[in-house]
Amino acid sequence: MTRLSWFNVVSLTLGFAFLYLPMVILILFSFNESKLVTVWAGFSTKWYGELLQNEAFLDAAWVTLRVAVFSSTIATVLGTMAAYVLVRGGRFFGRTLFSGMIYAPLVMPEVITGLSLLLLFIGIGLDRGIFTIVLAHTTFSMCYVSVVVSSRLVTFDRSLEEAALDLGCSPAEAFRLVTLPIIAPAVISGWLLAFTLSLDDLVIASFTSGPSSTTLPIKIFSSVRLGVSPEINALSTLMIAIVAVGVIIASLATKRAALQRQREERLAVQT
Amino acid sequence: MDASPLAPWEDPRAQPLIRFRNVTKSFGAFTAIDDLSLDIFEKEFFALLGPSGCGKTTMMRMLAGFEAPSSGVIELAGQDIAPVPPNQRAVNMMFQSYALFPHLSIWDNIAFGLKRDKMPKHDLNERVEAMLKLTRLEQFASRKPHQISGGQRQRVALARSLAKAPKLLLLDEPLGALDKKLRQDTQFELMDIQETTGTTFVIVTHDQEEAMTVASRVAVMDHGRIIQADTPDRIYETPNSVYVADFIGDVNIIQGKANSGEGEGYRIFWSEGQPPLQASSSTDLSTGQSCSLAIRPEKVAISAERPEEAANAVQGKVLDIAYLGNLSTYHVELPNGLVIKAQTANTRRISRRSFTWEDPVWLSWTATAGVLLAN
Repeated sequence: MTRLSWFNVVSLTLGFAFLYLPMVILILFSFNESKLVTVWAGFSTKWYGELLQNEAFLDAAWVTLRVAVFSSTIATVLGTMAAYVLVRGGRFFGRTLFSGMIYAPLVMPEVITGLSLLLLFIGIGLDRGIFTIVLAHTTFSMCYVSVVVSSRLVTFDRSLEEAALDLGCSPAEAFRLVTLPIIAPAVISGWLLAFTLSLDDLVIASFTSGPSSTTLPIKIFSSVRLGVSPEINALSTLMIAIVAVGVIIASLATKRAALQRQREERLAVQT
Repeated sequence: MDASPLAPWEDPRAQPLIRFRNVTKSFGAFTAIDDLSLDIFEKEFFALLGPSGCGKTTMMRMLAGFEAPSSGVIELAGQDIAPVPPNQRAVNMMFQSYALFPHLSIWDNIAFGLKRDKMPKHDLNERVEAMLKLTRLEQFASRKPHQISGGQRQRVALARSLAKAPKLLLLDEPLGALDKKLRQDTQFELMDIQETTGTTFVIVTHDQEEAMTVASRVAVMDHGRIIQADTPDRIYETPNSVYVADFIGDVNIIQGKANSGEGEGYRIFWSEGQPPLQASSSTDLSTGQSCSLAIRPEKVAISAERPEEAANAVQGKVLDIAYLGNLSTYHVELPNGLVIKAQTANTRRISRRSFTWEDPVWLSWTATAGVLLAN
């Protein structure tokens, strides 16, 4: 191991402090005995206990989870289909328009997306609730999925599909048996991306949610306006923990798979 | 003796397995295949040979069903195949990239096509085992494609495309990714497998040596047309054009004007102040017609003295010597600047070589050694 120079140590410390100090403070104060967020009064886990008693928070969490699962699943199906058509459809009429339009929500300000969806739902007389949030989240996360999946499809060896057709697959079978299993990692990361986007969306959800369907970000945001409570710190800490564990497991799995593959390829060269 | 089982293309009664009739294929303004007609017979090992962009791959993709002809008809066993989608053709293809399914084991790759046909479990197992045995892959059955070497992958691709026992097997540059030694071994393996299975093979290649080695007939292509389709020896010995002569192997081309001499042969005036060359030709040339005489380097003899009784002899000096081990090629410059290649077998050790650079030498060949082609 090489020793770091003092300059490197300082820049590392500054950089990481900038990124993680707010989170560290948040986590630290979630274990605070006192109700005051700014004064340390000893270690305690009582806010976690209280959190589990708080029906409103638990309801909001449950709503958020359902919205995220449904919207990311629908977005993945639609986004993958769109990506497939864009990459494989050749030069059909209106392709440029379609590909431009599918990526537009990436740069569209969320406020505008939210507002336009709200107007649409009012216009067609749709009662706002979980269903409308799912629709809204599907709309904006679908384009992320299609970006991820189409970048994988571009590098996909077309002759694999042709080989499947050649061996007797119908085009649908070729997609199900060959294309989908091979692009599965991209589809899954598209789903995860859509899931996280839906999980932490505040703006669009506030436009499209109804009185009975408050999501967690809305709940947190509105209760913070009445003053930060240590319960929210506890809740946020739990969310950070879940995300961190997920990220660590995913990266470990990827690394192990890569190592395994390298080992096997070395073996193949030797035999 | 009846020649038809060995050379069905010479039998007018033989029914071709594949028939291209005036097939044209264009992509926008580019014409990939230009009014092409061709018959390929059952159990043939047919090679499509040509430089890249000559349309050979397009022909193969039309047979597989990935492209449709712009006009003309392609028949397989007498049936027009245009309305048949690729998954219902009795044709299988071995892809240049092999296109092995990376998520399936070798066993499942080979079984893939059979499963689509809903083959009973027992027959399927037997068929896959037979294919593994044929391609000597038994011990790799449970591995994934990335866990085996390039040569093994190539054999998996072959086994997978043969598994369904197609009427016709298409091979798209099948040996391109292998190194030279392995390629030569595999060529003979391919020929063995073709003989064992009795399948009709159509191979696409840009490697003329490969085409000559494996094929029963070779079609030399250029710009979407077939220039000549014939057996390898006839392609080599009697090319019908300068293009074919030049594409297959090494050749000396001497330009000149023909003059029908006494008897069957022609006299070719090729250089001021030089005696005309003698050449026989099966094509009719008019007097004064410009022509090319194509002579293979190995048919040109090199000697220090003017050989007696040689029909053609020219003098020049040695410009370059390419030593290839078994052969040496002498580049000899003639007085008019033309460089003629002469090849000799190195039956003696190199230290005993008779000629060296700048030596004046005589080149000679018989009247039938070259092929006379009209320009």
